[in-house]
Amino acid sequence: MEEPKSSAPSSRSESETDEKGDGAGAAIILFFILGLAASLLVGWIAFPALLYSEKRQPVDFNHALHNEIVDHGCASCHFFREDGSFSGAPKLAQCIECHREANSDDPEEIRFVEEYVKPGREVPWLVYARQPDCVFFSHAAHVRMGGIDCAVCHGPIGESTSLKPYQVNRITGYSRDIWGWNIAGIKRNTWDRMKMDDCAECHAQARVPGGSVQTQKDGCFVCHK
Amino acid sequence: MKIDRRSFLAFVFGGAAGTALSPLPWKLTDDISIWTQNWPWTPVPPKGETTYVASTCTLCPGGCGIRVRRVEDRVVKIEGRSDHPVNRGGICPLGAAGVQLLYSPWRVRQPLKKVDGRFVPVSWDQAIGEIAGELRELREAGAPEAVAWIAETDRGTTAELIRRFLTVYGSPNFIRTPSAQDAWETALYLTQGQRATAGFDLERVSFLLSLGSGLLEGWGAPPFVFRACGALQDRNGRFVQLEPRLSKTAAKAHQWLPLQPGTEGTLAFGLIHVILKEGLERKPFVATRTAGLEDLKRNALREAFAPEAVAQATGLEAKTVVELARAFAAAERPLAVCGRGAGRVPGGLQETLAVHFLNALVGSVNVEGGVIAVPEPEYIRWPEPEMDAVASQGMQTPRVDGAGSERYPLARYLLNRLPEALLQGEKPAVRILFVSGGNPLYSLPDSERTAKAFSRIPLLVSLSPFLDETAAAAHYVLPAPTYLERWEDVPGAAGFPKPLIGLVRPVVAPRLATMPTGDVVIRLAQRLGGTLRAAFPWESHEVCLRQTLAAAWEPLRKNGFVLDESFRPQPFETASRKFEFGNAELKPLAEFRPHPAPGDPGVFKLTLVPYDSLRLTAALGTPPFLVKALESEILWKNDIRVEIHPQTARDLGLADGADARLITPRGEARVKLYLTEGIRPGLVGMARGLGRGAHDRYLAGKGASANRLLAAVEDSSGFEAGWGIRARLERA
Repeated sequence: MEEPKSSAPSSRSESETDEKGDGAGAAIILFFILGLAASLLVGWIAFPALLYSEKRQPVDFNHALHNEIVDHGCASCHFFREDGSFSGAPKLAQCIECHREANSDDPEEIRFVEEYVKPGREVPWLVYARQPDCVFFSHAAHVRMGGIDCAVCHGPIGESTSLKPYQVNRITGYSRDIWGWNIAGIKRNTWDRMKMDDCAECHAQARVPGGSVQTQKDGCFVCHK
Repeated sequence: MKIDRRSFLAFVFGGAAGTALSPLPWKLTDDISIWTQNWPWTPVPPKGETTYVASTCTLCPGGCGIRVRRVEDRVVKIEGRSDHPVNRGGICPLGAAGVQLLYSPWRVRQPLKKVDGRFVPVSWDQAIGEIAGELRELREAGAPEAVAWIAETDRGTTAELIRRFLTVYGSPNFIRTPSAQDAWETALYLTQGQRATAGFDLERVSFLLSLGSGLLEGWGAPPFVFRACGALQDRNGRFVQLEPRLSKTAAKAHQWLPLQPGTEGTLAFGLIHVILKEGLERKPFVATRTAGLEDLKRNALREAFAPEAVAQATGLEAKTVVELARAFAAAERPLAVCGRGAGRVPGGLQETLAVHFLNALVGSVNVEGGVIAVPEPEYIRWPEPEMDAVASQGMQTPRVDGAGSERYPLARYLLNRLPEALLQGEKPAVRILFVSGGNPLYSLPDSERTAKAFSRIPLLVSLSPFLDETAAAAHYVLPAPTYLERWEDVPGAAGFPKPLIGLVRPVVAPRLATMPTGDVVIRLAQRLGGTLRAAFPWESHEVCLRQTLAAAWEPLRKNGFVLDESFRPQPFETASRKFEFGNAELKPLAEFRPHPAPGDPGVFKLTLVPYDSLRLTAALGTPPFLVKALESEILWKNDIRVEIHPQTARDLGLADGADARLITPRGEARVKLYLTEGIRPGLVGMARGLGRGAHDRYLAGKGASANRLLAAVEDSSGFEAGWGIRARLERA
């Protein structure tokens, strides 16, 4: 029987391999982590920064201040028309009812009167909650029939003293408020996001009729007419 | 540490894993999908307040009430008014597509003047001033009768303003666009002594016999007729369509009898023959309320109208003719209607009279479920204008189209005769022609001859919203607003059995530098001065309309229409106070003469019959929605398809879809064949409304116009009576 003679060289070669392997493995892990880190940085920070452009509202409106003065809360300015359709952002005609002249020496109000009221120019409000055109949404169905409070979807905007910046998605042209300000799409409040899943969540809970007979799923045609 | 292939791969995998763990791919996918669903060029209604404006549709004489939906100042939809007596919420495809006429990119934006064969924009002041100058010159030369005006209708304030202008100027040549109402009105006048339009109480009919009327293809007010035909089916009534081809109407009828084209009048007399011979006429009505039955008997009981003879002429079986006559006479409320297709061509007066006699024999005249003489409205009562010597002399001259002359005493307007009148003489009889409706250069038969005749007129002025065929040939184009941008009164609705006044109101402010026709008339009169200025005391057509309607204005403005609910048919106004089957004026018309298709049957073995489709308009430009909805049996890519029977195709050695040349004595067109058993052998069916001029990119260059191939056929009263022409097909 012959003794195996190859143990020493083989162990040396193993240790050599190990040594070499350790170095190479570390490099691989390092590069993997580098790639991971770089892409996470791009995905979580650079991408959102590039995706949205930011605009300021034409006039910095103080909701809290107005809410104290008016009698009917939100509906004082954001009202239902006679035919049940919703007026949305107020027209200049409504503002003029009180602001024919500046009522204070607030520079923002004076600018508003000078730039919009006097020339009779409509304020190009940027609408945070504007849904894409493929979505049919009726305020009457939700507020009047469903009895849902404005803040459920729009948040406590009525308590704000200043308008938040409006971020527009460069690809879709829609407001960031639809996807939500959290880029991961995580929401803590009902008003954090306005995507289809958020509508569907509530529709499923409220058992909104209109589900498809064929697919046994929620009704596409309720919103996508 | 070495950077090699493996570390590079590690970096890539790390990057992939990190990307997957970041929101980037998921958010990007979502955004791209939203982007693709909302292309910026997809038309989307604007956001804003929605309002509705009630108005009246004038795209056909149907007079339907419309409800126009606007978002802010933009019209987005036209619906039928559910509270309107004519259409009760219904709307036809053309009415619904009317928005596209308002926003058409092919509208005339400002007045145009032709200089060296090309249009140049001019101001309204210049255009009106120059035209008024020409009018003044012609009048000073003592030839005021050389002015003529072609209008869509002869009713309402716009038509009356035009007529008043011509009268005070000194011309009798006001011409209304022809339609089946021409023959119906004359028939009512001759037999009942009533100056009225024919209304059809279709909703109460139990047996509807249609002699070629396209009841579901634009005849009358389409929503009214559609609903009535549907109700007839629900009531288990009977609906028989006599037409050489399987039209949509024929397909929906209980019975389709494919008779030889042009023999509708013969068949009507055949039915009268059977009814009289078998004593099936409604005796109480005929005995007490009619006169002159002997005259009808003398004509109808001739051998030429015996069932066998009629069968031979019409291509139906003698048995069918007899059974049809018996069933018609036995029905509780029978009604026969005529006016081929959409009723845009008058058809022969004798044919209409035959159908009217048939109705009278079964007692369906001026009763529920019958033909009802609807009186012409009389709300326009202006003081008689003062006329000077030139005007009085001009008004004494005979009309240029011959209507009301010794030769054509019955007709009031004969636009179809105008081309021939223009071609006569060294100088054309008309020196200045205004066209405010009807687009005659496209809608009259024998287009080439019509164009040649019109090209002789030294001054042709078109008042149209579009650069249509007539406007393109004009020397001045004065752009008119569309029906969604102006005020207009619309007296009566085609075929509706009650007197009605509808109101057209501006739904949006005029989009372009247009002027309503009534205002053009007033401005011209003011420029001409003298008696003309004095005859038009109104500052605008709108003011004139308010003052004319006086007490009726407020209810009309509020409600959008005024309906005379209490209307009952009036007593006959003939000398005998009865319905007259015969009298002195009817005498020359007693002997029925059918009109054969022009052309030599030896050379032209086939017969071309034009037909109407609800999706094609005759005079207006068809809106893109309808062009897109045209069936492939009518338009295949850019070629028009003509219908022929497979047997005819076999005889000619032509296959379905084959390209062919369709040749008639008047012209030729390139067509594609559509083989169908829904047409009699030996015929070629061709849709009207294609082959339009170059003004509208969505419509031009598609198919060929039937009117280029047809010839003018005149009956003894001067009315256009053509229904087809001899033709042949050759392989292209």
